[in-house]
Amino acid sequence: MERRKRGLAQVLFYGGALLLAIWTLLPLLLITLAAFTSRSELYSWPRSFLPRELSLESFLYFAKAHGVMEATLRSILVALLTILISLLIGAPAGYALSRFRFRGREAFRLGILMTRMFPTSLLAIPLAIMYINLGLYDTLLGVSLMHVTLALPFVVLTTASLFMKIPYDLEEAALTLGCSRLGAFVRICLPMVTPGLVAAAIFTFVVSWNEVYASSVLTLRNRTLPAHIMATLEASPLNFRFAGGFFMTLPALVFIFIIRKRLLHMWGVAINK
Amino acid sequence: MAELRLERVVRRFKNVVAVDNVNLTVRDREFMVLLGPSGCGKTTTLRCVAGLEKVDQGRIYIGPRDVTELPPKARGIGMVFQSYALFPHMSVADNIGFGLKIQGRPREEIKAKVERMAKLLHLDSLLDRYPAQLSGGQRQRVAVARSLVIEPQVLLMDEPLSNLDAILRLEMRAELKRLHREIESTTIYVTHDQVEALSLGDRIAVMQNGRLVQCAPPMEIYDHPANIFVGSFIGTPPMNFLEGEPQGRSGQLLIRGSTFTAPVPPALWEQVGKLKKVVVGVRPENIEVVLAAEAEATAAQGTVGVVELLGDHKLLTVDTPERALKVSVPPTAPVQVGQACGLRWKEDKLRFFDPETGWAITA
Repeated sequence: MERRKRGLAQVLFYGGALLLAIWTLLPLLLITLAAFTSRSELYSWPRSFLPRELSLESFLYFAKAHGVMEATLRSILVALLTILISLLIGAPAGYALSRFRFRGREAFRLGILMTRMFPTSLLAIPLAIMYINLGLYDTLLGVSLMHVTLALPFVVLTTASLFMKIPYDLEEAALTLGCSRLGAFVRICLPMVTPGLVAAAIFTFVVSWNEVYASSVLTLRNRTLPAHIMATLEASPLNFRFAGGFFMTLPALVFIFIIRKRLLHMWGVAINK
Repeated sequence: MAELRLERVVRRFKNVVAVDNVNLTVRDREFMVLLGPSGCGKTTTLRCVAGLEKVDQGRIYIGPRDVTELPPKARGIGMVFQSYALFPHMSVADNIGFGLKIQGRPREEIKAKVERMAKLLHLDSLLDRYPAQLSGGQRQRVAVARSLVIEPQVLLMDEPLSNLDAILRLEMRAELKRLHREIESTTIYVTHDQVEALSLGDRIAVMQNGRLVQCAPPMEIYDHPANIFVGSFIGTPPMNFLEGEPQGRSGQLLIRGSTFTAPVPPALWEQVGKLKKVVVGVRPENIEVVLAAEAEATAAQGTVGVVELLGDHKLLTVDTPERALKVSVPPTAPVQVGQACGLRWKEDKLRFFDPETGWAITA
């Protein structure tokens, strides 16, 4: 009886997981297949599920399309800038959260999460006006700053949990062995959290790379790739859309796959604490 | 190597005074043990000396230098942490050489010094390993080597043996003693283990509630505890304590309880005579058990409640109307549970305390 119950629970669990997986993977599969199908086949009817031959035609078309390469470059620049700023601000904040007991520490931790409470769409228009006044509108730095606000809570909380796992004893030992406070951090703490920081950086990259809305509102000519695709979507042929869609998801998929274990680890700790 | 001096050192945490006006001088090359129950302030005191904890009042001197305001690296200390605090991303050799590297010493010098220190601590075959690949005892030795290789003027050890299992702890204890004889560093060693304290220390400083209660050589701490706390904290089992009133009788001063008497040595008569009540302290090995026949004539009477054979002696719990007393007798002593017995003191080993303050009464 007991065993049957457990069997049923397992069926439900794995059934649910399978449904979710299909829900996520099916569109990805369709986009991927379509991206590797030649243009003529894409428009033919009836169409077979698998392409008759793999073709890079759509890709080349997408890559050569007006503005795509420039937008990709901008996206990468924005993402790198976002990583730099997020880590420069987020890692010290995470260190402070993990090492010092200060008044309002828990409130601060919660407040960081609360910055994610407001939908970007609500903030976009006032933000655009502010950016115009500050001269940040339609600049890569402007988009980066917006992305930093999206990535920062994650960076702060995960780095906090990374530093928390490093016993303070180690830094104190370095102090007694001749290091300054900063020296102890650089020589002991930093090397030990580097893998975690890399994971946080990759995650930040993905956040920035995937962000469409704010990038669309805050730029005009200097569009990032998602904003560019979004803006040209209506007017572009099917193969452009599929190739673009595939190209957008690829880095996210690859990076998240690389850091998947660490990601769960980091979030797990961040949530438990 | 140098002398270490703490002058009226105070450290507070919010409302708690963790270190309360501690005066302590550790002589050059002396092995000083800071002993006390957990939370007594011994580790905080050590961290104040290390510079890892700031001092609210008082001064700390190492040799002639006032180091009170100096950061840890400028004090000339080496520290062994309870958790060892080895750097997991560095090999044993890099761990030991870390301090020298920070000082910017040439590579050959670092190598030579690390190897010499590794030899001294039997680590020569482990230099390429990482901390995770070492046993507890080996990690312990790396931590000691790392703190010694920078030739500190004062070596600080914070419960260095508490993470080891019992047998290894005995081994490392002897090892540390040998090491100290060889390098003769001025050492402060923090522990809550009184056996460690007695076996290692040239002198022991006992702390209670942030205060330094007594600082003396081990045997003096054991034989002449400064107060009831020290007598009960040191020694397994602890000192027995009995309360009574002083009474003069036929040219003698006795402490009388309801069922025991204890003679006071003439040197203490004046002091003891002033008190209404006095606590008598006596260690288990300083009580003799007298079996039935002549039991009447002894200093106290009781019944044997528990007999524990502990190898080299038997530990008796003798129930007296006052309280249960721990008595240590030879393993061959023919005692039975339930037997009535008399007790006799080794009179020169009796100690007397003021029950109100807890302090020993001394001439």
